[in-house]
Amino acid sequence: MANFEQTGPGKPVLEATRVDKVTPGYRLGHNLRALIVVLLAIVGLIPVFVIVITAFKTRPDAIHVPPKLIFTPSLEGLVFLFTERASASPSRLEELKKAAEEVQLGLVDRIALNAGQEITGPSDYVFRLRNSLIIAGISTLLSVVLAIFSAYAFSRYGVKGKGDLLFFILSTRMLPAVVVTVPLFLMYTQLKLHDTHLGMILLYTVFNLSLAVWLMKGFFDEIPREYEEAALVDGYTRMQAFFKIVLPQAVTGIAATTVFCLIFAWNEYAFALMLTSEKARTAPPSIATMLGIGGIEWTAIAAGSLGFLIPVVIVTFALRNYLLRGVTFGAVRK
Amino acid sequence: MSTTTAKVASHPRQRHLSDRAIINLFVWPTLVLLILVNVFPLFYSLFLSFTNYSAIAGKAPVWIGFKNFANLLNDQQMWKYFATTGKYALVSVGLQTLFGFGLAMLLHEKFKGSGLITTLILIPMMISPVVVGLFWKLMYNPSFGYFNYLIGFPNPIRGPDMLASSFARQGVPGLALYSVVLVDVWMWTPFVMLLVLSGLKAIPDYLYEAAAIDRASSWFQFWRITVPQVAPLLLIAILFRTIEAFKSFDLVMGMTGGGPGDQTELIAVNLYRQAFLGQWQTGRSSALAYIILIIIIAVSNLYILYLNRMRGEA
Repeated sequence: MANFEQTGPGKPVLEATRVDKVTPGYRLGHNLRALIVVLLAIVGLIPVFVIVITAFKTRPDAIHVPPKLIFTPSLEGLVFLFTERASASPSRLEELKKAAEEVQLGLVDRIALNAGQEITGPSDYVFRLRNSLIIAGISTLLSVVLAIFSAYAFSRYGVKGKGDLLFFILSTRMLPAVVVTVPLFLMYTQLKLHDTHLGMILLYTVFNLSLAVWLMKGFFDEIPREYEEAALVDGYTRMQAFFKIVLPQAVTGIAATTVFCLIFAWNEYAFALMLTSEKARTAPPSIATMLGIGGIEWTAIAAGSLGFLIPVVIVTFALRNYLLRGVTFGAVRK
Repeated sequence: MSTTTAKVASHPRQRHLSDRAIINLFVWPTLVLLILVNVFPLFYSLFLSFTNYSAIAGKAPVWIGFKNFANLLNDQQMWKYFATTGKYALVSVGLQTLFGFGLAMLLHEKFKGSGLITTLILIPMMISPVVVGLFWKLMYNPSFGYFNYLIGFPNPIRGPDMLASSFARQGVPGLALYSVVLVDVWMWTPFVMLLVLSGLKAIPDYLYEAAAIDRASSWFQFWRITVPQVAPLLLIAILFRTIEAFKSFDLVMGMTGGGPGDQTELIAVNLYRQAFLGQWQTGRSSALAYIILIIIIAVSNLYILYLNRMRGEA
């Protein structure tokens, strides 16, 4: 900087560049900053990394002291997650080993055999994952469709008491799940909705509705009214203008909203824990209580966590430009 | 509402639905659902909070007035749980603000790969809290967990057992709470960072240019330009996180379930225990729920206030 001030620019300055940015000191600071950030990010992602490697460890490797970084990858965790097993007696083990040698055993059975266990059937987790898919899928669809309509009305019309209504919609999301759950539990027991898919779908629809309405309202607000007005002048009805002009413009917003609703329904734990027991229980509460033969099966838990991690990573990357809206209920946009 | 739909279907030639009809048609389904699943239960539990009802006793609720509230407010145990929750909220939100702001400052100016790094940093806050809790339970495990190794205690007997609140087999009260705080900070610092980052991006360059012309120090620029300009968004982040901290349930359930003893018994966890686990004190827990509700409403009103003010300015 000092040098520059004394000598002036060697070449004529043709455009307004911020010359103060390119001094060696600045460059060093810049690189140092980048280095610190990268290091912090790496440290921050260690737990994620640990869960990924644990998912591919065998049980002895997973609880090895000291923790192992180098190990032979195995699908044991995945197999344990999806199957119900029993410890095989020594004689039965011999039998199974022979069968394995004669190539009569499938890959899955072999992996269990390596741990000295025999597969007796699919685990509850398969069933719960299916519940999760059904409940998250249908509730997302419902809340997004409902939200598209009401958000459009909130965005375009002077709905009476709009501010209060919008706040009321948001407030439902601000309440702790436990607060809503106590009366809901009683209501659901009365209506025979406790531990049913319908009950959970209804609940998650409402749970996500607040988010969806606020997000969609934000997206609709950004579509210029002039588009519809032009369409109305051209003889479209309000409804036609909405379906043919506004909706196609809002497709990206709808997609982002859908994905946010999906991921929240997929991740939800508290409601599922308190309002389901067997039939409609989803994956998150059951992953927490996964106990195997002889203690917590960390490999299975880690493998199950992958099922929550992978969608999240994909969503984070796909929606990185909308994340801010998603996590602040559309309050902050750019 | 269904009649309106039918009308549209049966008269395809009818060209105009009045605006009023469109509003009703569009807004009411949402409101009806919200009223059914949210408003009705809330009023129901308001009623229950004045009774001695228990969901498994099979007896009709008996009106006992403000007794539940009085009992709760006189219960030393409850004050302790509120204090724990307050401490948890204060420390974790404070640290998140600090680290989030710092990270955002570091990431504000772009460098090669900064977009990728930003996205990677954001991953933790999108993961299901209960799964995060489980991850960290594994990390914290005193014998085969990675945490103790990373902080330099390879020997399980000499090192800390974070979730059991002990260090080298000696009890260290509060360690469990702070290990949960650490996880909350790990998970939600990116959230604060994201908001501050967007605030930083919105600061017009000319402010800094003007300050540079006036030879303002970078310290002065930071306090007089950066901080005030980012403040509204930072406030939103803090309020959001405070509300969430008061609701905190999944993470603690995944990691400690309130233990050891009641060291990590946050108010939401305790509410769950009173309402469901073995106790089934429906009336009392409804009253507690209302107390929490009032606190949260107070905080969210602040949030809405600032939100509106910000929108008004924008």
